Amino acid sequence: MTTVSLTVNGRAVSAEVEGRTLLVDLLRDRLGLTGTHVGCDTSQCGACTVHVDGMAVKSCTMFVAEIDGATVTTIEGIAGPDGALSPLQQAFREQHGLQCGYCTPGMIMALTALLQETPKPTEAEIRHHLEGNICRCTGYVNIVRAALAASGQLAPDTGAAH
Amino acid sequence: MHAFDLVVPASLEEAVAQLAEEEAQPLAGGQTLIPTLKARLAAPSKLVSLRGIAALRGLAQQGGELVIGAMTTHATVAREARAPFPALAALAGNIGDPMVRNRGTIGGSLANNDPSACYPAAVLATGATVVTSARELAADEFFQGMFTTALEEGEIIRQVRFPIPVGAHYEKFWQPASRFALTGVFVARFDAAVGVAVTGASENGVFRWHAAEAALAEAFAPAAIAALDPPDEPMIADLHGSAEYRAHLAQVLTARAVAAIGA
Repeated sequence: MTTVSLTVNGRAVSAEVEGRTLLVDLLRDRLGLTGTHVGCDTSQCGACTVHVDGMAVKSCTMFVAEIDGATVTTIEGIAGPDGALSPLQQAFREQHGLQCGYCTPGMIMALTALLQETPKPTEAEIRHHLEGNICRCTGYVNIVRAALAASGQLAPDTGAAH
Repeated sequence: MHAFDLVVPASLEEAVAQLAEEEAQPLAGGQTLIPTLKARLAAPSKLVSLRGIAALRGLAQQGGELVIGAMTTHATVAREARAPFPALAALAGNIGDPMVRNRGTIGGSLANNDPSACYPAAVLATGATVVTSARELAADEFFQGMFTTALEEGEIIRQVRFPIPVGAHYEKFWQPASRFALTGVFVARFDAAVGVAVTGASENGVFRWHAAEAALAEAFAPAAIAALDPPDEPMIADLHGSAEYRAHLAQVLTARAVAAIGA
């Protein structure tokens, strides 16, 4: 067992972990942050995406013992302290960017990272960036629209495609 | 996953010492190894993370070479190799997906030598040198077949030294589910020679297509490739494509890469 200290959504956290403890297991099982989902167990679906030191990563494919001292942001840390949705979250809601919602936390975390690096991505850049996030409901059309809307590239009164 | 100890040494010497232990295994970016551990296809007693070794990270231009530390992530290469070696940056920027690129490393990819991985094609086509904790290996000696390299037990890749070509291009035909190369071809043009390496196609792993190299050294044009027979290699045949299909892809992609580099 190793003791690691992390900052998770602005809160200092200390935990005893095994070598094999995955970040997603710490988040979900020990810290109760169940917004981060496990969809596949084979590192393909991206539902478990979180930010570690500002970078989007698959929390099911990294060991906590390797990231002592890191700053972690999960989907629970994306809304404002007053609960106000981030512009991207708001856009997902307005553009009907989710159906069952299972992949949504990963989508939000992946696209939040994209918009931080590229404030006005093209549709092609958005789609390329989503290669590691699998949605089995929506066909991605409204997810891409949400990212365009959140980056101010879609007229706000345009209704979602149905 | 079976239980194991995980250590994060801060120096290469310490990592080498830790790896001397029975059933210890190095951990680079983990984007292949961790899924493998989850599937219980590997059961090391100890994982030696290389993440704490600062000397293994980063890019530097030294003379005509681009030197990349083994623990440099694909995302960093995609960003920082853009000016000195754009074809390599583009290759790195199309590996896996953004999250994989933020963790996966060039050293990990080379040590694993997946027959469909992208980096081996660039290393082989440019005639790069793989520098390890023990020695320097030419690309031609490093790759020894599917998932097989010249690395000894406990030997760690430190850096890769790429001679920077005059022109280069990596043409990848995506396997749509895995995002690995169904077949991929890296063409590197130097003043006096041309390197052509094919990944994803052969049962022997990444290989140099010598006939194409010779033809392109004569005349650097797509027509020089069209005139050749497909590479004479034992091609992979699976549900994604027959051996003939992969051989054909290798030829078509080589011609496309040459066209992309231009005259």
